Amino acid sequence: MPLPKHRHSRQRRDKRRTHDKITAPKVVFCPQCKEAKMPHRICPNCGTYKGRSVIEAKE
Amino acid sequence: MRHRNAGLKLNRDAAHRDALFRNLVTALFEYGKIRTTDAKAKELRGWADHMVTLAKRGDLHARRQAMAVMRKKDIVHRLFAEAAERFGQVAGGYTRITKIGPRPGDKAPVSLVELIGEAKEEKREKRRTGFAGRKKAGKAGKKAATESKAAAPAPESAPETPA
Repeated sequence: MPLPKHRHSRQRRDKRRTHDKITAPKVVFCPQCKEAKMPHRICPNCGTYKGRSVIEAKE
Repeated sequence: MRHRNAGLKLNRDAAHRDALFRNLVTALFEYGKIRTTDAKAKELRGWADHMVTLAKRGDLHARRQAMAVMRKKDIVHRLFAEAAERFGQVAGGYTRITKIGPRPGDKAPVSLVELIGEAKEEKREKRRTGFAGRKKAGKAGKKAATESKAAAPAPESAPETPA
């Protein structure tokens, strides 16, 4: 079995982790109720999508 | 290479997948709109379109082919009765998918699949009686398509005052 010969420095460890990051979800504002919502999805607050599609009753 | 391998497997074997979509497509035509995951919704479109195509053809063979997929006879008959009127003008794309968002529990992205065009009021009456009849019959009516549940009838659309 291969075994590490040397301990990785903090710098190497942290450099590896520079790609471990999360991005914030995109948010748009509902044209109907101005509430923040996810793009291309029904507004969970007022239940509308593209004005017309009033589908879900809000909570 | 995955050339010419359209469609998703959805972590199911062929029989499981087949059963799933038969349930889903039956539920879709029963309720007009159903909620399911984005991936299943997208796959469901093809099944729904196929059923409508058969219904528009309308002959006995087509009816039997639809029966071989959909699990409820009355739903097939209802579709065949209204297809020409409801979908006659349209050539394919009989469903609309609207994304709802992540579902509580597993964060799976959920969509609303609905049939385009207006259902006739009289049909809705018929469905209600059909449901009551099935309820009386007992377990027969309790199928509950694996994943989908009837979307709530969406009462009023009045947007609440912005918070």
